[in-house]
Amino acid sequence: MRLELIKRSAPAPSMRILSPLLGLFLALIAGAIMFSALGKAPDRALYAFFIEPVSEMWSVHELLIKAAPLILMGAGLCICFQSNNWNIGAEGQMIVGAIFGAALPILLPDVQNFLILPLMLIFGILGGMLYGFIPALLKAKFKTNEILTSLMLVYVAQMLLDWIVRGPWRNPEGMNFPESRRFHEWARIPEMIPADGRANWGFVIAIIVAVALGIMLAKSLKGFEVKVIGTSPKAAQFAGFDRQKMIFFAFLLAGGCAGLAGIIEVAGATGQLRPTVSPGYGFTAIIVAYLGRLNPIGAIVAGLVLALTYLGGEAAQISLGLSDKIARVFQGLILFFVLACDTLILYKIRLTFGAAHKGAA
Amino acid sequence: MGMTEAILLTIATAATPLLIAAIGELVVERSGVLNLGVEGMMVMGAVGGFVVASLTGNPWIGVLAAIALGVLTSLLFAFLTISLAANQVATGLSLTILGLGASSLMGEKFVGQAGKKLGNLDLPVLSDIPLIGPLIFGQDPIFYISIALVIGVSWFLFRTRAGLTLRSIGNNHHSAHALGIPVLRYRYLAVMFGGACAGLAGGHLSLVYTPQWVENMTAGRGWIALALVVFASWRPARVLAGAYLFGAVSIGQLHAQALGIAVPSQLLTALPFLATIVVLVLISQNVRATLINTPAMLGRPFVPDR
Repeated sequence: MRLELIKRSAPAPSMRILSPLLGLFLALIAGAIMFSALGKAPDRALYAFFIEPVSEMWSVHELLIKAAPLILMGAGLCICFQSNNWNIGAEGQMIVGAIFGAALPILLPDVQNFLILPLMLIFGILGGMLYGFIPALLKAKFKTNEILTSLMLVYVAQMLLDWIVRGPWRNPEGMNFPESRRFHEWARIPEMIPADGRANWGFVIAIIVAVALGIMLAKSLKGFEVKVIGTSPKAAQFAGFDRQKMIFFAFLLAGGCAGLAGIIEVAGATGQLRPTVSPGYGFTAIIVAYLGRLNPIGAIVAGLVLALTYLGGEAAQISLGLSDKIARVFQGLILFFVLACDTLILYKIRLTFGAAHKGAA
Repeated sequence: MGMTEAILLTIATAATPLLIAAIGELVVERSGVLNLGVEGMMVMGAVGGFVVASLTGNPWIGVLAAIALGVLTSLLFAFLTISLAANQVATGLSLTILGLGASSLMGEKFVGQAGKKLGNLDLPVLSDIPLIGPLIFGQDPIFYISIALVIGVSWFLFRTRAGLTLRSIGNNHHSAHALGIPVLRYRYLAVMFGGACAGLAGGHLSLVYTPQWVENMTAGRGWIALALVVFASWRPARVLAGAYLFGAVSIGQLHAQALGIAVPSQLLTALPFLATIVVLVLISQNVRATLINTPAMLGRPFVPDR
């Protein structure tokens, strides 16, 4: 049996929408098989993984907490990837954003007024941008591969955070635990509906940013420039679009989004700096971008879906006695199947049996 | 055994997994395919090698399992990027995410268990020669495989017809196809070879370097291996040099930590990654060498028209 790809005369727009749905569906089937292999009834396991976490109000709030950084970073990466800049260091940019933003309440604990929170958010964005600036500069000036440098910087950021939390910023009244002092009330992002759950306004910020980026991409000249540079570098050159400038634009934008996600995470849900601020949200955001069709609006939906996999992992651990590592397997499977289904946008697939027909059709 | 020998031996042990993974990826990239999933294949090899060695009690079967798991993981990548012409960068990343997740799931029950170590070579007389003895005749078996791989791959790529064909596919898959060369078959085999190497490199980690299973135990080595291929500008001998350079950096930082040098341990841990960035920047300065050796089709999918 052979598999042949036959190029469509034009990309199929319907497939662009159908492919992520088909991909999710296939990932669910693969998940069901995996659960059976682990000795669990697949229907009950899938229910526990994907439905139970959103059947109660408080856990819907948890979903929004997890979705906020995924949507923010996913939306930023959409623009980055569309312009052909492969920033895979969002995790590091998120960490540095968290450190920059957290500097204010940690170093100036006595400054307590309404200005502190907006300043923290701005610092977070700046931190992420600064860290995104490094691979951009190396790519623009020295043509250094941005995939490798941005990824290496993730490890460096993780070590920086670990050092700062265990060393200079350790809570003086914290019984020697590796964590910073707790942020005061003014430095926390308020919860939206405290009676129902913990979700904070960070989720709303994420939605606003994603929608704004979506509009920019669809309606503005800059958005057009992003798409042209990504799909046809030659045409971009004729149009006078500057690829060098686009490198900086894309990395600073994605870095800023990641930095904002970082400070929202620590000023929202955690309320202090700890040796880890993210369970790999920066890498999951890559999946969000792809599942969302590299479209910031799509990233909102995709961010919610992937946030659900994190919750599902926790649920599977509690109610099924499975490992929460399953969440990461699911995340990988989703990206995998979506990429496979994306082939259908450009190609039709034909299976041929028996010997190959050379020169046929 | 003296101090110098001990340090040189640990450098070789640290360099071996980097070398093996990088030499595999070099062949993959020479065929025009960019597989960013080295980390994922490597960690699958590590868990597979450890689990199978523990269950069978035989580290050699563990090594075979590590290779087999690396190949299996690479086949997922090959199917997507070669048969379905999917985006290679994104697929490689998904392979890494999937590998890290699946390996922690598979290895969960084995965390903290003592592993089976692959013993070092011990030849009578020869291994006892001072300095040279332990270095040349007293290392772990995978070390010798790694050296053989460098020589073998060099010979294959630059001295055989199949190697020339592979490189020509990497440089222009359209012309290769027009000449009747089965582009996709060559690429499948190259990716599988890369998977086998990454799996073996992972097996080295969990069966020789630190005979135990720790979640994410590859700790970025797959990515360093990818950087090594660029650093080596796709030449096998330079991969060897690069791997030993990085082995030396990582061992150096361990020794510095042990000596309690007044630098935060986190900075030392970050050192290999910082070094990688610096080296990548330096090497990208040399535009000519890079242009000559970079496979022109790197990362581009190929769909034969019929």
